[in-house]
Amino acid sequence: MIKKFKQIAIATSVAAACFSAALPSAYAAEEQFFMLPSYRVGPYGANGQSFYGGFIDYLTYVNMKGGMNGVQNAWEECETEYNTAKGVECYERLKSKAKAFPGPIHTMSTGISYALVDKTAADKLPLAMQGYGLTSAVDGSVFPWAFPLVTTYQMQASAIIKFLKDKNGGSLAGKKIVFLYHDSAYGKEPILALEAEGRLNKYELVQIPVAHPGNEQGAQWQRIRQEKPDYVIMWGWGVMNMTAIKTAQKMGFPRDRMIGSWWAGSEEDVIPAGDAAKGYMSATWNVAGKGVPLIADIEKTVYGAGKGNMKDTSKLGTILYNRGVSAAVLSVEALLTAQAKYGKGKAMNAEQVRWGLENLNITEARLKELGATGLLPDVKTSCSNHEGSGKVKMQQWDGSKWTPLTDWIEGNKTLIHPLFQADAAKYAKEKGITPRDCSKEK
Amino acid sequence: MFYRETGQFKTSYAADQQIFPIRQDRIGIVLLLAFAFLALPLFASNYWFNAILIPFLIFALAALGLNILTGYAGQLSLGSAAFMAVGAYAAYNFQVRVDGMPVLLSFILAGMTAAGVGILFGLPSLRIKGFYLAVATLAAQFFIVWCLTKFPYLSNNSSSGVISVPNVEILGFKFDTPQSRYLLVLTIVSVLALLAKNMVRSTTGRAWMAVRDMDVAAEVIGIRLMRTKLLAFAVSSFYCGVAGALYAFCYLGSVEPDGFSLDLSFKILFMIIVGGVGSILGSFLGAAFILLLPIFLDIALPALSELLGLPFGSATVSHIQLMIFGALIMFFLIVEPHGLARLWQIGKEKLRLWPFPH
Repeated sequence: MIKKFKQIAIATSVAAACFSAALPSAYAAEEQFFMLPSYRVGPYGANGQSFYGGFIDYLTYVNMKGGMNGVQNAWEECETEYNTAKGVECYERLKSKAKAFPGPIHTMSTGISYALVDKTAADKLPLAMQGYGLTSAVDGSVFPWAFPLVTTYQMQASAIIKFLKDKNGGSLAGKKIVFLYHDSAYGKEPILALEAEGRLNKYELVQIPVAHPGNEQGAQWQRIRQEKPDYVIMWGWGVMNMTAIKTAQKMGFPRDRMIGSWWAGSEEDVIPAGDAAKGYMSATWNVAGKGVPLIADIEKTVYGAGKGNMKDTSKLGTILYNRGVSAAVLSVEALLTAQAKYGKGKAMNAEQVRWGLENLNITEARLKELGATGLLPDVKTSCSNHEGSGKVKMQQWDGSKWTPLTDWIEGNKTLIHPLFQADAAKYAKEKGITPRDCSKEK
Repeated sequence: MFYRETGQFKTSYAADQQIFPIRQDRIGIVLLLAFAFLALPLFASNYWFNAILIPFLIFALAALGLNILTGYAGQLSLGSAAFMAVGAYAAYNFQVRVDGMPVLLSFILAGMTAAGVGILFGLPSLRIKGFYLAVATLAAQFFIVWCLTKFPYLSNNSSSGVISVPNVEILGFKFDTPQSRYLLVLTIVSVLALLAKNMVRSTTGRAWMAVRDMDVAAEVIGIRLMRTKLLAFAVSSFYCGVAGALYAFCYLGSVEPDGFSLDLSFKILFMIIVGGVGSILGSFLGAAFILLLPIFLDIALPALSELLGLPFGSATVSHIQLMIFGALIMFFLIVEPHGLARLWQIGKEKLRLWPFPH
């Protein structure tokens, strides 16, 4: 018996030692620390691997090029499995490390970022949400610490409508559009925007939800066949996308009249659907392929030195990989913007990083300098506009790769942004937040 | 040596029937509570409060609820997460729609709402049993999540269906620090656990156990099946509902219906299976095991692989963590099918004899 107790005692002390070893230690100065609540296992693990692979590769790339005016990037991953509770645990675990010199936090999960919006505001840490998350955070007066950078679901929906309008000679009057969506927070968010656009453009909107995970859509497409819509706009995720494309083929609905959101427009969505996906279109805020000089350079520099993060190098240049790179570009640019104001070659603290994110100005010229022309749109943020761009491209699957159809299309800001402000005001009221006065920010 | 009840004479029924008849246990529980209420708030870090202690207590409460239904009354349920969702959304709606509603009252009302829904979905238990009942409660799981997604009214017309809860404030005191939230959760969970412990030792609890062991025999000795089973559903759902409200208000701060998926129900079920079916203590042990072990592995494995110089990427570590976790669950179930609570009991028996094993 004594022996057993001894064993238990040893086991627990080892465990305790491991726990305390993992607790925060003093962090080397002059390093910008990115906490990455990432996911590489679980149902969306493949998506996470590409996104975070691209993200980390860019940070490595910047480090190899001498850092941000000499400031090196550091990061630590924590597995969330796309699970909100786990994401919160990761955030709490890494928070103290990020306290001094944080990089923007990227969760790539709407659920986790929703849960973190309040926590990051309380802890004063910058939270970035590129193309997901709480969209009303566009109104920076209520959400000083949250940044839905580049574009949002609502602006994307509006841009898709604009694209369709241009395609139809400038008017959608009398047309019928089906909105097929993943029945979750993600799928529901564009509805208000589509309804508002519908009142303006006089098209008829038919909403058809698909329950998670959406691997059986017979009933929905039966309904679509009866409705005979001119277009189907699809807000799908994961297995729902390929099922929709395949079912559309079975029901004889032309794929070139189907337009997906940017989460329904990656290689993973169309390749499994095979031939059925040919002609299918989607919106995107970053392009695929290695044609962008930056991506090619990352492959040469980082993978050439054997420091790449991706195990499966064939994924380099996919939509999600490039999205990870784009997200990292935005973060690094924000840090450089902050450095330009608060001192070059210094690691930035949370408030300075926040300022950098709020005063981003990535022009076409700057993108060209980075070798990222066409990878992502130009971005200019401000206190009242944490989105900064609202532009997307349309792309079409030709059976083997995504080809861009259009230049950057901007959604109808005057129509959509008031929706965000109304939502943010409601949020502020519920939470008892006093919005800051954006005219006084500098 | 230390744990022996020699010399502790019980001279009244009350003394014999108290919750902890052995003096050492009483001292132990007082020390534990003192530690939880006094020492932890002083010494634990925010990480411990936000990421470990608060979720542990909340899931222990949910597991306790399921244990009442499955462990004591013998009705298998796969709808615990859905009842948590009912609690979370009900508490939110009471808070947002009724001006000046006290938070604690809205938690209680949320529990009551969940109890009502629980009774509704407990009705099939009068006709069907075992695995078939599990399937019926599965319907609750899917129906409730669907319902919360379908009707925007329930999420106060939030465009995304996600609710973001207001701050917790009781009698003017704002629960905005992790310590204060922890203490609030701890108080609620302690009170409810004490209630549960007493409930299962009372007539009600004995009726539940009689139904669990053989419902025909229970009926013959005069236990009203319908009332007993539905009461078990109501009490269990009440606990899950309060846990759900705490989950939204004191832990995450914002929840969406999809967060209360079948996965979460399974997780709670695993908690009571690993912890001990039909044991209050088991609910806590199970919650600790299922919740804390992955976190521990997550922290320990990368450190370990670095220490040993193993070339593991973060993806590999995540996979290994899942494997070890699964293997440990199997190990415990093989070594002790009655759960960690039983292991604890055996430990106590042995401790009574120690240091003279024979």
